[in-house]
Amino acid sequence: MGRYVARRLIQFLPVILGTLFLLHILSVLTIQIVGDPVRALFGPNAPPDAVIAQLQAQYGLDDQCLEQTGNPCVGMFIDRIGQYAQGDFGVNFRGRSVMEMFLERMPITARMAFIAIVFETVVGIFLGVLAGLRKDKFIDNFVRFSTVLLIAFPVFVFGSLALLFVGLKFGLYLRNSDWAPEWLGQMFQIGYNADYPWLSLTLPGFVLGAFSLAAIARLTRTSLIENLRSDYVRTARAKGLTTRRTVGIHTLRNSLIPVVTYIGIDIGFLLGGSLVTEGIFNVPGVGQLVFLAIKANDTPVIIGVVTILTVVFLVANLIVDILYAALDPRIRYE
Amino acid sequence: MSDISAAQAASTSDPAGGPEGSTGADRTLWGDVRYEMVRNPVFWFSAILVFIVLVMAFFPQIFASTSPTTSGACPLEHAREKPTWGKPFGYTNAGCDMWSSLVWGTGKSVIVAIFVTIGTVILGVASGTAAGWFGGFTDTVISRITDVFFGLPFILGALVFLAIFPTRNIVTISIVLTVFGWTSLTRVMRGSVISTKQRDFVDAARALGATDLFIIRKHILANSIAPVIVLATIGLGAYISAEATLTFLGVGYQRPTVSWGLLVSEGQTLATAGFWHLLVYPSSFIVVTVLAFILLGDVLRDALDPRSR
Repeated sequence: MGRYVARRLIQFLPVILGTLFLLHILSVLTIQIVGDPVRALFGPNAPPDAVIAQLQAQYGLDDQCLEQTGNPCVGMFIDRIGQYAQGDFGVNFRGRSVMEMFLERMPITARMAFIAIVFETVVGIFLGVLAGLRKDKFIDNFVRFSTVLLIAFPVFVFGSLALLFVGLKFGLYLRNSDWAPEWLGQMFQIGYNADYPWLSLTLPGFVLGAFSLAAIARLTRTSLIENLRSDYVRTARAKGLTTRRTVGIHTLRNSLIPVVTYIGIDIGFLLGGSLVTEGIFNVPGVGQLVFLAIKANDTPVIIGVVTILTVVFLVANLIVDILYAALDPRIRYE
Repeated sequence: MSDISAAQAASTSDPAGGPEGSTGADRTLWGDVRYEMVRNPVFWFSAILVFIVLVMAFFPQIFASTSPTTSGACPLEHAREKPTWGKPFGYTNAGCDMWSSLVWGTGKSVIVAIFVTIGTVILGVASGTAAGWFGGFTDTVISRITDVFFGLPFILGALVFLAIFPTRNIVTISIVLTVFGWTSLTRVMRGSVISTKQRDFVDAARALGATDLFIIRKHILANSIAPVIVLATIGLGAYISAEATLTFLGVGYQRPTVSWGLLVSEGQTLATAGFWHLLVYPSSFIVVTVLAFILLGDVLRDALDPRSR
């Protein structure tokens, strides 16, 4: 176990540096080809060159190599890594630190992602087990059909429809009715309500987790069906163990290994999806920060936040991989 | 991700083509696939939907005579008018006919998805074959590059670069999506090539003195491409959805282009004010199209995967 963790940590370093370099080289190339984002911001009404030069210096875009197409700007990358290591991810157009804004909004996004992960794993595994145990029966066909349908809904479509029909129509009815308790109405809220920091994130969290719920349900179903056919399950049955024990202890545990891996990959999807969900439900989290930065054309914020999110994603994946080794002894030997 | 692993399971396949109408044991894999699929109602359902979407994308004038971008097509006095019996789709926020906006917007999404799929298949098959066939150093380099690309969440990566571009059109959106999309195909192709490489007919060809390039062209590609086809079909749907998402976020198409993502983003704010049709119609177009491609890919995979029979 210790050796595996050590090796995984050593592998982690080149991947994170490589990903940051990829982000760097693609942005440098784009700037070299299409031109400076500071000039693009002003369009035809450009201010004096001195103002532009000052702004370029402020956002770290004054490097000479940005004018030479094809130059990878390695020096600039090393400078940036140094800044990132000190927690400096740039400033927005008003001069506020991106890291500061990120930390301020992080708890809300983390809460929403937590709701999404709990929702998708609990419901997804439950549906997957139901379908897997009754293969080709009504419930199996129902789960397969509804999950395909769910996968076909892009997050922004699902979110917009959920906001309209659940948050507004159904939620408003609940909030105005006499019988429904206050918390129930807040669960189907149309936006973030600071008085209910968890409840009002329920609906956005469900929307965020919906796609992965479908994926987890299908993954659980497939691997459960595969494992139910295996020899050790037959042995367990032959020993006279109850169905509850063969399915619950023997099969399910092994079937959940791919699900754990999926959750690691899923974190990247959740981060991308949070932009959309937070934009639609007006949740003041990290995603909304990017959403608003796109509307305001605030490129430094977009690059800064995406860089932080990429690091978060890679670290989360590292943790999931190490957990994975704890679950499945076979993979330690590669 | 279940798609990838399942697609890999379908990787052992026999050469393409087969005598028409052959039965039972002597059918080839692709003959089997055809046999399975023509009997599957889901295949017909999704294939017909895909066909309609493609026709709509390339010949919109068949479905709606006037493009919403021609002058005078969008009288403002109709703006946001609700559906009636005569006009079951109503009018958009700009006063254009909703039906013709949707029909003429199809092409924007579908063409990007086709470009991206072609691009990712070429890149993915080339790099995956190189990594799987040559192994060693080539494999290490290509695999590390794909690792690095997987470190960047797809939507986030695409978003950053589209945000830097001052103008976004079919070409820029396709390039950015291709750059971030090819790696999953590389991985699948690599796995598939590695399993094909170990089969006897490859050794036989080599013993007869065939060159690397000949074996790749004649034996490896035909026998390893199946999981890539499955993934690319599903990918067509996924890229339509990705393009619409990026457009919705504001880094995709821009007005006055007509596209599904733009219509949804416009409808999303107005739907809460009571104009539900502005949201529901464009949403259902996206969902039905994506669904058609996913179902088609699923059917194809089930037909290719011998374990599911």
